[in-house]
Amino acid sequence: MNFLLINFFLISLLLITTFFIFKSTSLIGIVALTGAFTLLCSAIYVNLDAVDVAFTEAAVGSGISTILMVMAAAKLPEGKKNKLINLFPSIILAISISLVLILIISNLPLLGDPNAPIHLHVVPEYIKESKDFFHIPNVVTNILASYRGFDTLGETIVIFTAGLGVIVLLTSNTLNRKTKFKNKEKK
Amino acid sequence: MRDKISSSPVLSVVSKVLFAPIIIFGLYVQFHGDYGPGGGFQAGVIVAAAFILYSMIFGLAKGETLVPVMVNRYLMCVGVLLYAGVGILSIFLDGMYLDYNVLSTNPSSGQHIGIILVELGVGITVATVMIALYHSFASFKVSHE
Repeated sequence: MNFLLINFFLISLLLITTFFIFKSTSLIGIVALTGAFTLLCSAIYVNLDAVDVAFTEAAVGSGISTILMVMAAAKLPEGKKNKLINLFPSIILAISISLVLILIISNLPLLGDPNAPIHLHVVPEYIKESKDFFHIPNVVTNILASYRGFDTLGETIVIFTAGLGVIVLLTSNTLNRKTKFKNKEKK
Repeated sequence: MRDKISSSPVLSVVSKVLFAPIIIFGLYVQFHGDYGPGGGFQAGVIVAAAFILYSMIFGLAKGETLVPVMVNRYLMCVGVLLYAGVGILSIFLDGMYLDYNVLSTNPSSGQHIGIILVELGVGITVATVMIALYHSFASFKVSHE
């Protein structure tokens, strides 16, 4: 009962936040509200006992990405407001996507159902085996670093490549200016 | 972008006080990831948050003297290479790629060593990539033409 009440409270806060994101016209306001949105999401994950996911969501979603969005918004020219030009296509898109999602909900397994497909594949093996073999209590770490070591290597490389891409894109501006300056000197 | 975002003494004192505890919390999350929630990804982001806080309050120039840009870029590569290097080390020790069993005489402690090294690599890469993202956003100058 408590679980349901907390979930209901958090999800209604989430809906209110979404409404204000939709209403807001200032970019910084939208960024702050998105931070609040992800923080509420991480509270929901804690309520669902997914502590690792909640931790990541709080650190990455509402921490770093909000800061980076604020930095990006600060670089935009001032005085420009977020004007929604034509709402009609986006409203149709949103309604159709939510219809599809509502149709799918009835096919999803119930929360905590032990016979859900996700709990029948390799997970029982991992949970049974990992504590005796690794002597590490956190199964998430075992799966992340050992059973799925290749995946995590790929994720690390993805982050590395993303960082490289941003560095190349954003510092090329200064490089261009330097070459322009050199060209002027030649002239 | 203004070099110094704020010159308020409250902000600078609070960020000086918070800097070390944030990094210690990051290290706790990094090395306690085997026992509780956490791991390399979260720890990297938390450590990066300390450095980003520092360069937000004291200006980008001071932040770049604390973490030089080139050192940061080398560390980005060091993290990925540490992860991949653990895999290659396990090949040289007659195992398969990223098979941590062979890293120690006992497979269980081998797994432990492997997981800690790999998570350290992830943490280093994530932290330095986040710092690099912040620095390149902050030093980016838009020409409003």
